[in-house]
Amino acid sequence: MSCERMENRILAYMDGRLSEAERAEVQKHLDACTVCRVRATEFSSVNDLLDELPMIEPSPGFDVRVRARIAAEPARQSWWDWLRLPPRVAFASSVLLLATMFVIYRGGDPGPVPIPPDQADAAMMQDLSVMEDHDTLSNFEPLKELPPPVDTNSADDDQQDM
Amino acid sequence: MTRSDVQLMLDVKAGDEQSFGLLLQRYRTPLVNFLYRMVRSREQAEDLAQEVFIRVYRAREEYVPSAKFTTWLFRIATNLALNCLRDHRHEKLEISMDAPVTADAEDGDEKPFEVADKHPTIEQELLEEDRKKMIRRAIERLPEKQRAAVLLHKYQELDYAEIAKILSCSESALKSLLFRAYETLRVELAPLVARRGTR
Repeated sequence: MSCERMENRILAYMDGRLSEAERAEVQKHLDACTVCRVRATEFSSVNDLLDELPMIEPSPGFDVRVRARIAAEPARQSWWDWLRLPPRVAFASSVLLLATMFVIYRGGDPGPVPIPPDQADAAMMQDLSVMEDHDTLSNFEPLKELPPPVDTNSADDDQQDM
Repeated sequence: MTRSDVQLMLDVKAGDEQSFGLLLQRYRTPLVNFLYRMVRSREQAEDLAQEVFIRVYRAREEYVPSAKFTTWLFRIATNLALNCLRDHRHEKLEISMDAPVTADAEDGDEKPFEVADKHPTIEQELLEEDRKKMIRRAIERLPEKQRAAVLLHKYQELDYAEIAKILSCSESALKSLLFRAYETLRVELAPLVARRGTR
């Protein structure tokens, strides 16, 4: 094993987090390499020195402050809760909605007025005149297939000449 | 029977406030210590630790036990600490340059250095205090990410995979980070290391 590869293993070796095979490999390198052996010993000393720092305790009011902040947290609302209105607001909204509908019904566009049956027949008869329109008739496809009309006046004239 | 962190968190999710109290009890000291060693101010450390617990509480309804609870907890704590250090970097520099030399006792009372009495025990105490101060300063001088890695590795005893997740890096990058941190500490603490070697 090279000294470079030791970089990734030396702390795990000290922590006892290597497999048996890896540990044996590191140990073999340490036996042969003075630089890495000294480093491992000094890392171990650093590790022990870090143990000398005492722990501190949170101040006595810590839990109280956390709980107070949690109590001040707004309660979560579901989407359904957003639809729930206080009774007064719901009543006022309903009244407003009904009033709006009433105003629209009374004052707005009355829509199509129903036509009495006799007036409806008259309107239909008016539409019939369209059928007599020359353009409409000339563009009427089935009529185009008929043979041209016979001119009766010219036939009579021919008989007289004879 | 002691409930696991995940079980407690699932109970909190189900609306059991007492389980949150147990998590608070279980993790307030490790969190405050980790944050204190990260930001070097007891007051700030406690404020940040409170914020960690509040964020855990707020996220209770979305909690899914996909990772270890401690990974999640210390990830929040590390991010808050790194943000805090970033925000106060300029301020911190001014304080450390202007502040009088103090013993900066671990109990949070930053007492000014007193003139040493002739009494040997006080002298010994001062030497001991100097020694702790040197160790604290060595940790403090580490780059922020290396410091977080050392603290999580040394004091929280989290495994490499967990620390890597907290610091958002690969396990290999974490090992390299820790190696460099220990190399720096070895140099910074050389006088103490040498003394230990001669004992």
